[in-house]
Parts: sequence; structure tokens; C-alpha cells
Amino acid sequence: MANIEQLIEQANKKALEIIQNGQPTLVDVSTAGEAIPGMTKKSIFHAGPPCKWENMSGPLKGAIMGALVYEGLAKDAEEAEKLAASGEIEFGSCHEHSSVGPMAGVTSYSMPVWVLQNKAYGNYSYCNMNEGLGKALRFGAFGPEVIERLKWMEKVLGPVVKEAIKLHGPYDLKTMIAQMIQMGDEGHNRNKAGTSLFIREFAPYIVETSFSQKDKVDVLKFMNGNDHFVLNLTMPAAKCTLEAAKGIKYSTIVYTMSRNGTEFGIRVSGLGDRWFTAQANYIKGLYFPGFSEKDANRDIGDSCITETCGYGGFAMAAAPAIVLFVGGTPKDAINYSTSMYEITTEENKMYNIPALNFRGTPTGIDIRKVVETGILPIINTGMAHKDPGVGQVGAGLVNPPMKCFEDALEAFVEELEKEGLA
Amino acid sequence: MLKVNELFKEELKVINMGLRSFANDVKSQDVPVIHVDWRPVAGGNKKLSSLLSRLKSK
Repeated sequence: MANIEQLIEQANKKALEIIQNGQPTLVDVSTAGEAIPGMTKKSIFHAGPPCKWENMSGPLKGAIMGALVYEGLAKDAEEAEKLAASGEIEFGSCHEHSSVGPMAGVTSYSMPVWVLQNKAYGNYSYCNMNEGLGKALRFGAFGPEVIERLKWMEKVLGPVVKEAIKLHGPYDLKTMIAQMIQMGDEGHNRNKAGTSLFIREFAPYIVETSFSQKDKVDVLKFMNGNDHFVLNLTMPAAKCTLEAAKGIKYSTIVYTMSRNGTEFGIRVSGLGDRWFTAQANYIKGLYFPGFSEKDANRDIGDSCITETCGYGGFAMAAAPAIVLFVGGTPKDAINYSTSMYEITTEENKMYNIPALNFRGTPTGIDIRKVVETGILPIINTGMAHKDPGVGQVGAGLVNPPMKCFEDALEAFVEELEKEGLA
Repeated sequence: MLKVNELFKEELKVINMGLRSFANDVKSQDVPVIHVDWRPVAGGNKKLSSLLSRLKSK
């Protein structure tokens, strides 16, 4: 009789080897329609597990309505809402199309997308570009200023950065993220240093592109005006790293954590494409002036792919300044990172936390350990207003629902039963 | 003399596992104490505990 514990340990060792060896690399900018598998002119992909229109939260609906207007499929929000509910639009989970997107994560045909390749295993991942703070599509805003900015990103930002990458060559994001973590970022809710590194690296090449002076200046100012510009790179970096570890038989390692504003979903390496979902939680944290608990939507976004990969909230000890946005003290930030070692498998070989004597970040969430200890992954994230069209209302900390891990564990044992192993 | 009587003549170093309130009581008497956030497996849930044990070698 096979030793099931050994089978699991071997499978997890393989999964961690793949995750640790990942080489996420920025290789190009394209459009969603050209690059993302399965994208059509009538597709809208979104953050989190699959979701029907009637179950979607306010910010996700708002973002979809905005995208339909942006794509010219609807002339205004009212028409967009009718179209979205009509069944004509194909909704899909970004994750099921090698993509990720922050907050609503809405990705549509014409949007410029980052193209990453995991050079160690060859697989690709994609992500739209970060619009900046305030009223943005990803928070469910859909007014004319949002659409105008999306058009500028399509016509100017995307093409300029595409040419700059061509001049520069592929960019190693693993090294960038490692440096970020040693500079006070954690790669999810604090990306200031990473954005600075990116601009420093690419500014000369942006200047060298064939675009007008105005376009180049506008692009540089746009990037500089958004401290989270590289979030849309740290996320697909985690995505292509983890996706390579999908489908390892007997592995209990989590390779996806994500939310659509209604439900939280996880996926486990040894259980393939199956989602394990439960109602998403509310975030606890600090609110922007004028907002409070009653305004916030449930947890939303693909951005916790960063935590899944061992940074984000798991690297909070590296980003003590973040407590100014999410609450707590720097000691709390250290405690959160430290507790994550209880539910993970290895210390990351590349992402080291100075405040923990350069200990590698907690990497490889094991569903067994989550259920056994009762310790849930900690996620550091933004809060969207529950109504479409408003925007961000604060930032804070949240956990996935334990039910996702419990259901995954039950399913895992059932699969072993079918093989006569448990 | 019992050895335990010797123990209480020395400076005590306390590790508390389980209920935090016990650690707080000791701390309030200025005795150094570390609280260990111990919990039963799967929070005491028998079904989950059983599932976990099925994944362990016999």
C-alpha cells in the first residue's frame, strides 16, 4: 500500500521546486484580443472565480459596464447594463485564461496587456495596465474620464511601453520583486519602490522610442503619478510562477487564491482546475475620509495571487510603512509574516526579508496546514465601494474563508479514496 | 524537601499554552511569560481532524 504521506510530500516538493525555480519575465505588451487565450470581441474577463452577472457585486458590474462602453459595444451605462444582463457577453475568470487583474480585474479585447513569460517553464501570463488611483475602472467607476483614460492607455501608454520593452529587451521581474522586498515594498499593497525601479529602468528606453515628445512625457508622468503601477506586473509574475505548478498529482499546495467581490476561490495543484469557493469576507482596516464600514464591498481582486506566491501580505514584515494604510503597528506586520510560516512549506530562496534576518518569505500554502492550525493566509488589500462608479474607500487586511480550504481538503481525500489510497 | 519547593524559590520563566487569560494573570504579577497560541488540530473539528489523519502514514 502506497504511503500517502510520502506521496504528498514528494508531490509538494515538486510543486515547490517549480515555484522556487520560476523566472517571471516581462517580454512584451500586446492587446488582450491578440494575446489572451479565448479572448473575443464579446468577452469580458474578470477577477476571481467564475461568476454570473446576477450574482456580481457593484464594483464588478460597474467595471463591466465601463468596459462595454470603452469597447463601443454600448453607448452608455444604461445600454451596457442591459447588454451585460442579456447573455450576449461571454464572462470569464481571468485566471482560467492565463491572466490576472487587480480589484474588478476587468479585461476586454482592446485593452493593452503586459505579456510575461516564465522563462524556466515557458508558460505565459497577462495582466491589464494599472489606471492609477481615484475613479478607475477596476474600482467599478465608468464615467467619461475613466473611458478617456482607458483610450489613452490603449493608444499611447501601451504602444510606447511596448516599443520601450523591445529596445530594452526582456526584464527580469523576479529580481525586481526581490529588490522591492528589500526596499520596503511587499508587492501587493505597497509598490512604491518597485514602481521607482521600473521607471528608472525603462525611462531611457521610453525616451528612445519613436513617439512624440508629448507622448513620452505623458507616459513618464503617468507612471510616476501611480505608486501601484507595477502591481500589474507583480501579479502576473506570481501567476506565471504558480501556474507552472498546477496539476501535480497528490500535491496539497495552493496555486490560486482570488476573489470576484462576491466569492473567494482557491485552487490546489493536485486538484487541477477545480475551484473551492465561499462567500468573500469584508476587509478590516482604515477608511479614506468620508467613508466607513457601511460603504465597503466584500473582498475583490486577483491581487492575492501575490500572497499565494509568498509576497504581498506574507512579506508584510518587509513593509512596515504599510500599517499607516491598513492599521496596526510595525510589530503586527512582523507577526503576520511570521505566522505565515506555520501554513507554508518552504522559505523563498529569492525573496528575503531584512527585518527577519533575511529569512525567505513563507512560500507554498498547504491546505493541510491551514486546516490543521486554523491559521488563514493574511491578505493586505484595497477596499472598493460597494456601489458601482465610486472607487476605492480604504485599505486593510482580510483572510479567505476557511470553508475554501476545508472543502478542498475533503475533495482531496475523496480523490485518494477513489484510488484506494485513503 | 520536594524539588518543586526549590522551583518556587527561583525566578520563574513561564510558558503558557492554550487560554491567553492564564498568561495575562501571570503577566499582571510581573512574572515573565510567553503565551503559545496552541489550538487543537482543526480547532477540535472531528470530521476535519479525521480527514487530516487519513493523509498521514499509519
